[in-house]
Formats: sequence, C-alpha cells, structure tokens
Amino acid sequence: MPLSRLVLAVAMMLAAATTHAGDDTRRSGFEFMGPTTQALQRDDGANPGMLWVGDGEDLWNRSEGVIAPSCASCHGDARQSMRGVATRYPAYDPIEQRPLDLGARIQACRQRHQGAPPYEAESRELLGLQSYLMFQSRGLPTAPPADAQLDSARARGERLYRQRIGQLDLACAQCHDEHAGQHLGGSTIPQAHAIGYPTYRLEWQGLGSLQRRLRNCMSGVRAEPFAYGAPELIELELYLATRDRGMALEAPAVRP
Amino acid sequence: MSTRTLITVPPTARRGDVIEIRTLIGHPMEPGFRADTQGRQLPRDIIRRFACIYGSETVFRAELSPAIAANPFIAFHTVAQDSGTLTFLWEGDNGFSHSESVTLTVT
Repeated sequence: MPLSRLVLAVAMMLAAATTHAGDDTRRSGFEFMGPTTQALQRDDGANPGMLWVGDGEDLWNRSEGVIAPSCASCHGDARQSMRGVATRYPAYDPIEQRPLDLGARIQACRQRHQGAPPYEAESRELLGLQSYLMFQSRGLPTAPPADAQLDSARARGERLYRQRIGQLDLACAQCHDEHAGQHLGGSTIPQAHAIGYPTYRLEWQGLGSLQRRLRNCMSGVRAEPFAYGAPELIELELYLATRDRGMALEAPAVRP
Repeated sequence: MSTRTLITVPPTARRGDVIEIRTLIGHPMEPGFRADTQGRQLPRDIIRRFACIYGSETVFRAELSPAIAANPFIAFHTVAQDSGTLTFLWEGDNGFSHSESVTLTVT
C-alpha cells in the first residue's frame, strides 16, 4: 500500500473514531437490534446481503449493451477504483444538472456509456451493483460533498423530513428524532441513519434500497409515496447523508 | 441471473475434528399461500430437500417446509475423516436443482 493511502486510511479511522467520542449521540440502527440480528450482519458467510454483492461483482465484469464495455473496462478493479466512492453519494451530476444517488448514477452510466436500457427499480441487477459498490466502502465514514450546487436540494430534503404527511399526519422527524429508541408496535424506532443501504430486511426477505425504505415509511403514515427515482426521494437521501456525516457505512446491513 | 450460494467450510482440518459447515442459498421460498397484487394466488415455489455428501456418504440431509424464510441458511457439523469433496445438493419445486462442491483437505 502506498504511504499516501496508508496515511489516508489512518486519517479516516481517526475521523470515524472522533465522531463517536464525547457528545455525539448518533447511533446506527445496528445498535438498536437484537444480538442475533447483529451476528447475522457481522458474518459474511451468513449475511444474505452478500448474495447480492456476489451478483454485483459478476455484473461489474460482464459487458452489456450494444457498445458493450463492462463496468470494469472503464473503472478497472472495483476493489481499488471504487473504494470510498459510495461515501460521497448522492452527488451533483453536471450532465443531468441534478443530484443523483448511487443507484441513479449506475443507471446513468449504463445508458451513457454502455448503451443499455436502465435496470428496473429494485431489480436484482441494480441492487447487486449498488451493494457491490457500497461494499467497497464498508467501514469508511460517510463524506457528503460540500458542493454548493446541492444546497437547495438538501434544504428541500430537510423540509420534507420535517413536514407532516399522510392521513396519520406524521413527519419523519416526529418518530426518528423525537421518539428514537422508543417503540412503534413491537419495533424499536431507530434514529434514521441511512448508512446500511441497500439493506437486507428480514421483513422483506430480501435486499432493498433506501428509496424502498422511504416509500415504506410513507405508506406507513398513509401518504402516497413518491415514485422510485423521484427528485423528492433523492432530496431526502441528500439530507439524510448530512446527518450521517462521519458514520461508518455498513452495507449490506441486516435489519429486522 | 443464476442461483447463487455462500458456502463456508474450513479449508483444512485434522482427522477426527468436528467441523462446522454453513450454507446459504438465494431462493424465494414462496410458500404458496400468498396472493399477488391482483389477488391471484402465487404458486408454491420452495426448496424441498437439501443434502450434503462427503466423499460417498450422505452426512447431512434436511427436508424444508413452506414456513422456512427466503434464502435458507443451513449450518451443521460433521467429523473430518479423509480429504475429499463435499457436495451440496438443493432440490425443489418446478424442477429446481442446484449443486455445489467444495474440497476439504484433512491432515
């Protein structure tokens, strides 16, 4: 390992360590789970999310579409070239002139450079590539970019987070800020840190994206969920990323 | 995309050691009691049988039921006897059949 990368790695570890020190009261959803679910996440031989990571690795090296380069023919070995990339998403895309999350970035790359149609939302292929890329940043601290072009979208995301919606007239903040750690039915309410997505949820019996989780919460409060890929969902993801700054990524996480 | 499995077997063991073998397979395990969004019943699609063959001997066998969750994880122990191949076989509805082999070195 070159010295510069070693120094960077140590700096990142220190950054991650300091965020847990002192008055940081942020807790990953991992800490709200039971010990058996935690063990499932920790063990790569038992974590079902690793099935999708394996799919993603195959897809990364497979050529697609008419122009037909594979992801690897441009980006090389993801284990090196993609390390840390996922910590910076959602990020501003100058071509589409809007913020894109990692899934949307994969879709854009696919259409622009591979000449292939986009994957279906929540398809095994898209979740596979997404979790494979997130996996390359597992353990690294979230680092949302300080990009002024994202400011307005971030502000809209925060507004959405605090806005009451649906027949139950609830905002995200009411559960996840004011009542985190308490119970909703039989479930513990976590603090809304999106550091484990795509996540294997036992309830879903499968892997799902953060957008699926957000849509789930929206139908839970009996609001009409935004469509997959809607700008509102990406704005929420942007705001959530700022709350997670410095927390270590966990994907593929397991949640109850 | 094809069926994917995760198999954890220690690469080497001493003769007589009790070793843990863990397997995970991607499978929907559709129980046959659920309906889709149109109200139509989803046909059952589960893994029915699992077996592990060590050399020529079946050392572990299981029958799976509709109440078992998707992506079934099966872990068990066996005694390391001789170097050889562990073959894992999953069989289920709609002609589903998948096998994987792992080499175990016994010293």
